[in-house]
Amino acid sequence: MQEFLQYFFSGLTNGAIYGIIALGFSMLYRSTDLINFSHGEFVMIGALSMVTLTMTLKIPVIWAFFIVVFGVGLLGMVFERLAIRTVKRPEPIVLIIITVGASIFLRGAGMLVWGKNAQSMPPFTPHPPLDIAGARLLVQSIWILVIAILIAACLHLFYRRTLTGKAMYACAINKQAAWLVGIPSKMMILLAFGLSTGMGAVAGAIIAPVTMPAYDMGAMLGLKGFCAAMLGGLGSLWGSLLGGFLLGVLEAMGVGFVSSGLKDATAFLLLLLVLYFRPQGIISAASVKRF
Amino acid sequence: MTSNAHLLAIDSISKAFGGVQAIDTVSFALSPESITGLIGPNGAGKTTLFNLVTGIFPPDSGDIRFRGESISGKAVHELVGMGLGRTFQNVELFSSMSVLENVLVGLHTRTSCGIIGSVFRTPRLVKEERRARERALELLDFVGLADLAHQRSSDLPFGWQRLLELARALASKPDLLLLDEPAAGLNMGETDTLGELIESIRKHGITVLLVEHDMALTMKTCDRIVVLDRGKKIAEGPPRTIQSDEAVMAAYLGKPK
Amino acid sequence: MIRTDKHLIACFVFAAAATATGLLVENAYYLQVMIFIGINTLLALSLNMLMGYAGQISLGHAAFYGIGAYTTAILSTTYNISPWLALPAAVFTAMAIAYFVGRPTLRLTGYYLAMGTLGFGIIVNIIFREWRSVTGGASGFVGIPPLEIGSFAFDTDRRYFFLVWGVVLFFFIICRRIIDSRVGRALRAIHDGEHAAAAVGVDTAKMKLKIFVLSAAMASLAGFLYAHQIFFISPGTFSFLASIRIVTMVVIGGMASIWGSLLGASLLTLLPEWLHAFADYEMMIYGLVLMLVMIFLPQGLTRGILDIYENSRKKNDK
Repeated sequence: MQEFLQYFFSGLTNGAIYGIIALGFSMLYRSTDLINFSHGEFVMIGALSMVTLTMTLKIPVIWAFFIVVFGVGLLGMVFERLAIRTVKRPEPIVLIIITVGASIFLRGAGMLVWGKNAQSMPPFTPHPPLDIAGARLLVQSIWILVIAILIAACLHLFYRRTLTGKAMYACAINKQAAWLVGIPSKMMILLAFGLSTGMGAVAGAIIAPVTMPAYDMGAMLGLKGFCAAMLGGLGSLWGSLLGGFLLGVLEAMGVGFVSSGLKDATAFLLLLLVLYFRPQGIISAASVKRF
Repeated sequence: MTSNAHLLAIDSISKAFGGVQAIDTVSFALSPESITGLIGPNGAGKTTLFNLVTGIFPPDSGDIRFRGESISGKAVHELVGMGLGRTFQNVELFSSMSVLENVLVGLHTRTSCGIIGSVFRTPRLVKEERRARERALELLDFVGLADLAHQRSSDLPFGWQRLLELARALASKPDLLLLDEPAAGLNMGETDTLGELIESIRKHGITVLLVEHDMALTMKTCDRIVVLDRGKKIAEGPPRTIQSDEAVMAAYLGKPK
Repeated sequence: MIRTDKHLIACFVFAAAATATGLLVENAYYLQVMIFIGINTLLALSLNMLMGYAGQISLGHAAFYGIGAYTTAILSTTYNISPWLALPAAVFTAMAIAYFVGRPTLRLTGYYLAMGTLGFGIIVNIIFREWRSVTGGASGFVGIPPLEIGSFAFDTDRRYFFLVWGVVLFFFIICRRIIDSRVGRALRAIHDGEHAAAAVGVDTAKMKLKIFVLSAAMASLAGFLYAHQIFFISPGTFSFLASIRIVTMVVIGGMASIWGSLLGASLLTLLPEWLHAFADYEMMIYGLVLMLVMIFLPQGLTRGILDIYENSRKKNDK
């Protein structure tokens, strides 16, 4: 039981991260019908710049967090403006190659800036781990869980309550019709990129204290985030978060009870199974296509 | 021919999208070598019916039988093999390929060369390829595009692209040809040519189902007309009766109050 | 047919040029570089069939390259089986794996295939790295034997040069034949419009699976040639970055262009040799090149430059 709980906690923590990354994929897909293959690299940049800001520049964690999220969001917008909007024929294969190109480019840049070695930073708050029924729960894990759920709630409100959120959604359904009623669809796509990559930065910033971030962490995290999004139904907000938790817990159980070599294979096997049997996701209902 | 005298039998099919009943227990049948028009005001369910017959999605209830065989559960390409050809409302040609190549793709189900065959080029397959090219040129000649065989298909003017799509659909040697608004975007002269083409397609023994907005074309070329309104069939008969049918007038012009 | 004849002439000229090069070049380093150009050309061609012609992307193609290399390494070294028997085993393994991975993913649209193959590539690389008892782990696999026919061994660079470029030429001809046939037309039709292709009777899922399996077989063959040339393989050669390198070759050379594969492979093999500081900037350069080419010359370098030239001529004529 104690062992189970320990794996469960670690699964939840990782799951929350996958969930936030999945949210980034989902919200971009929902607003633009596009999958950004460089999403994981924005997570990497978020994590590494968090380390630099807090450790090298000694900026307080809370300020560093907002600077990182805002800065990476801005970087995402620059990327959209320079490399996505300029595409003449936005077919999937062209967009895939461009975002893959961006991914490799950012990873190379990350390597030049931060070097090949992994970095580290202390947790946000210096409490000792909690003891719950004999299992250890890191305080940073609580931060991660709280922030993940907060982010999802904010996004939910953004889509339901704000005009911009609704407008963004309208663009996704029908660009031309949205344009006819006066919604600036180009602005919306730009904003969606900013939000999505900013969300990636959130994920990066909060795992920086627990993962030893390095320049090459993005691909695996991106892949797992995508897997989580597929589990929950690509485009579904709560589905993405739940998909993240599901993947995190399954992965932790696989590592704990079967074999540690299974860790990275779990996500991929799940992804293949989902793609094969239920491409609409296993959490969201079949009839609900994109909500 | 099976014992069933109808080539295509649509038997009380229904289809709903969410709360909208797009097709509501519609039945009709096509006899061989007829030209049937499917008309109705916007939103009547014509496109839905067309997609049901071409196997894009299945009906919620009811059955569609082609030559007596139910088409449910068959993939789109299998239906083509069974003898069901179609064109698209918005003309979907293979834009990077030449006019001739487009028609050659249309011959896909009538040819058999696979990867290994294409590598070894056995005499049988060389012959097949030569025949296919001859056949494709014949079809292009039939629609009047033979001179343009080696042009890129996307360079053709829109009206000719329509004709090319028709030739491509005919290449699969269909028994039933489904045309989705073939006159949309054509001028009057082109529409007349199209009408004559449809007429001669029938003479080759092919049954035609025409979903169309253009009343003049429908009235002139069709033997029978089926009228849909809000998912229901409201009339069926020869053009003359349809023209004077009160329910049809009401559907198109609004009910007099 | 006319196009095929032209292609045959081009192949003939190319074969003559390759033979002359192989006979005249004495420098072992140059010969080796050209052997790698040949292997990379085969790789690029294999991906071009899938990506350029059928419009289906694979971001894990290096996995099949690696499967070919590791299968022959394990069979011919660990189990002492003749490489000529290991060859069909390597190709067949790659084809079987491609079949099982491709079946679920190819039924879906571009993004899913890309993500599926990306994950597949990473997982295969993890297996190469972690399955130490079989693959030698991260430090690699040593002692792969050279290829021999009877007493004739392909043990000099010159001999290997002819072997590799012979295979490349053979696949130039094969691929052109496939592209100009019913199968090739169906593939290009899928590229241009999957719905329309299905509506004229092409079994799109089956066709995509076939070309995916063929493409995996070619990549695996390239891996076989690589392993028996260099006698030592390690997981790094078949990493995600290697997959991206293959994509870059295809994109630069030109999608749906057989000769473009040669150009792309040549450039991407030579650049790292020429630019000394290349290693540190390798990823950034690939990334930038992929983005720039896709934005400005989506047809690739060959066609793109031709287009620019023709446009400027037209302008001058006016």
